[in-house]
Amino acid sequence: MTDPVALAAASEVVIGLAVALPLVAVTGGTVVALRLRGRGAKGRVPVGEVASDAATDEELRAGATAVAVAEATAAPPAVEPATYRGRLGKARGLFAGYLGAVRSRGRIEPATWDDLEEALIRADVGVGATDALLDDLRGRVKAGDIAGPDALVEALKADLVAMLSPGAGGADLAVPGAAAAAGEGDDRPVEVWLFVGVNGVGKTTTVGKLAHRLATGGVRVLLAAGDTFRAAAGEQLAQWASRADADIVRGAEGGDPSSVVFDAVQRAASRGHTLVLADTAGRLHNKVNLIEELKKVRRVADRPPGRVVEVLLVLDATTGQNGLAQAKVFLEAVDVTGVVLTKLDGTAKGGIVVAIQRELGLPVKLVGLGEGAEDLVDFDPGAFVDALF
Amino acid sequence: MFETLTDRFEGILSRLRSRGRLTEADVDEVLREIRTALLEADVEIGVVRGFTDAVRRRCVGLELTSHLSPGQQVIKIVNEELTALLGGETLRLAYASRPPTVVLLAGLQGSGKTTTSAKLARWFKQQGRNPLLVGADLQRPAAVEQLRVLGGQAGVSVFSEATDPVAVAAAGLDEARRLGRDVLVVDTAGRLAIDAELMDEVRRIAGAVRPDYTFLVVDAMTGQDAVATAEAFHRTLELDGVILTKLDGDARGGAALSVKEVVGRPIAFASTGEKLDDFDLFHPDRMADRILGMGDVLSLIEQAERTMDQEVATKGAAAILEGRFTLEDFLEQLQQVRKMGSVSGMLSLLPGIPKDLKQASSAVDDRQINRVEAIIQSMTPGERVDPAVIDGARRVRIADGSGTTTADVNALLKQFREMQKLMKGMGKGGGALGGLLGRGAKPSPRALAELAGDGGLAALGADPGTAAWAGARPAAAGKKGKGGKKGKGGGRVTPKAR
Repeated sequence: MTDPVALAAASEVVIGLAVALPLVAVTGGTVVALRLRGRGAKGRVPVGEVASDAATDEELRAGATAVAVAEATAAPPAVEPATYRGRLGKARGLFAGYLGAVRSRGRIEPATWDDLEEALIRADVGVGATDALLDDLRGRVKAGDIAGPDALVEALKADLVAMLSPGAGGADLAVPGAAAAAGEGDDRPVEVWLFVGVNGVGKTTTVGKLAHRLATGGVRVLLAAGDTFRAAAGEQLAQWASRADADIVRGAEGGDPSSVVFDAVQRAASRGHTLVLADTAGRLHNKVNLIEELKKVRRVADRPPGRVVEVLLVLDATTGQNGLAQAKVFLEAVDVTGVVLTKLDGTAKGGIVVAIQRELGLPVKLVGLGEGAEDLVDFDPGAFVDALF
Repeated sequence: MFETLTDRFEGILSRLRSRGRLTEADVDEVLREIRTALLEADVEIGVVRGFTDAVRRRCVGLELTSHLSPGQQVIKIVNEELTALLGGETLRLAYASRPPTVVLLAGLQGSGKTTTSAKLARWFKQQGRNPLLVGADLQRPAAVEQLRVLGGQAGVSVFSEATDPVAVAAAGLDEARRLGRDVLVVDTAGRLAIDAELMDEVRRIAGAVRPDYTFLVVDAMTGQDAVATAEAFHRTLELDGVILTKLDGDARGGAALSVKEVVGRPIAFASTGEKLDDFDLFHPDRMADRILGMGDVLSLIEQAERTMDQEVATKGAAAILEGRFTLEDFLEQLQQVRKMGSVSGMLSLLPGIPKDLKQASSAVDDRQINRVEAIIQSMTPGERVDPAVIDGARRVRIADGSGTTTADVNALLKQFREMQKLMKGMGKGGGALGGLLGRGAKPSPRALAELAGDGGLAALGADPGTAAWAGARPAAAGKKGKGGKKGKGGGRVTPKAR
């Protein structure tokens, strides 16, 4: 490397920067946030960075699947109906191993608790939720309410199911058209479902699959390609749209996502679509300006005749404890109404949703079990927990 | 990442400091906190157990030594173990004796392989190599196009053709030889470790190009499953290391650390931002310091050395120390800073920067710096050296000249005065800064921590004066050219850590 003197000089400079930068940073940061409020985001800057860490292989690959299905009819993959157990079964074993050990002991020992703890931690449930679950069970064992390992496992299962079940607050996925039906004449709102999340979790694929599912069910769906940042995101969604026989509104690459959503709502209103499914670009939740941009998209979508009915946070099932931080920020910023848990086919995991439900009260509404259009299913707490066990 | 670990230690350690000897119960308490912190950082549970066991063995019965309290010794042990856990040495790439050196990237969907490929190629280029990128991800439509765009930005050409991934990789190798390229970076499609067919495909790609280095690309946000995934890829491909992506999020990245421990391969590179330059070799010892909240000043210094003009840097540094730092110096430093990459990326490397400040900085972009530059450039040389001469009329002129408002100019001047005050404090009396420099080439973490503590970096975040510059802006917005009107400080919104 360089000589010590040069290094020392450099470190002096660094310190100088350290003084100067925070000032610039704080002031600049504030101004950006305010500018976004005042005028709206001019897309993401700088323009030169076309593709970020937004590696969205999964999303795009699903696009490829769409092409493959369309073209390669010669080799039709047997489309099995998606079930939790069927899909999660591939990755089973780990959790089951712990529970086998628990059951084989015959009685509840200190090692029993260690096994249960490790199983839950390994499923990404997290320390907090795991402690809460096990402390409660310990109390019940002490009180004599639970006798024996089998009963303990069943009680844990039941607790997890209860934790993941939506409260009485009507947390089920909204029924498309319900809000519109409640309105009358010209007041009928255009329902908007917004899909948000960090990079690479599978937002575009989820929108595509859901469009397919709803269109098949007879709902008039319009897709809004709100990911104007990632190259080819719009193209990918367009492939899903044609596959689902749904209409799509696209904007210019690098354009304002809000305007895409605005156009989609206008078009839906004039053409009589029931529902707009709006994709958005992936964004890390600690990037303040991008979260501000998303807030604006939501505001614009909620402007009559639009009405935001669902804001779904898309979460990769392999995500660890950071998922909670993601959920917190997105919930606070855009009033997330539920979680879509994707890529569950690769892993018997997704335990972070337990922590998210417990701490934030955010229910899981949809689950992605594979790459096919049929593989997006409603969340079923019982089946989900069963599959883990 | 990992800030909370330091926070957790503080409480316990402050109690330990007064004791001459650590009991087993004391150590257990510390270890429980470490365990929770590591699990919350997504470190794999088996790895956590091994780590806490190792620390326990070394901690029990620590004697009070002359210069380190038991608490400090615990920190030292944790730091050493953490460094060992993170991989010990930084990867030293050995280039193939018969070029090209072939690098293969693999990983799950959405982990960031394509972007990483381009960043890696750019990194090789900066090392003076002449790389070629190969787009062997034919699975998803735009993957190759994405790589071409990124390759264009990185100044590295991209080879691909619409055959099959194995053939593309092989042809890419031939192409690299034909063109005389000395490094070949092969991007592949995302795949699940349990997908036998695709795992076989990537094995065949590796067979075709015989990579010198095979890296697994791992998302920093991954949970406990990362280890199983890495083991599966390792069985198929014999990994040489891991590349950690999306470290610019607030994920702690413990999963990647576990991968290193379980698979026995180091984290070779880390990606810390969206820009192509936000990517570098992974330095485990520095990372351990960062985990313990000491920041990563060495990385920053290297980054500075690489991009900054040494003469300008030295001049600026001297000006700071001598307390004669002018707006002209400030402008020069600002221009240097811009060469170094994103502000938030740099801030994350520094110790003692408050979290909300880091978060706020993620929103900064070049336009803000542009404005500051414009204001200073609209001043005369005399004004830059002695801003005191800038009266009302000059302010209006400067504002007009820079396309800003007098409120902006006022705010900048006020900030500059605050900054000067601070720097004079730093330069005088040796203080933390003097101590740091006196230590020679490698500042000790302790000195840096001290600097962070009382050198004023942390204090900046709390300084109410820093609000003024920003506060003036919103009120003045849209009133360009109406000089003389005082911008009211209302409307400031500080993005807070949640």
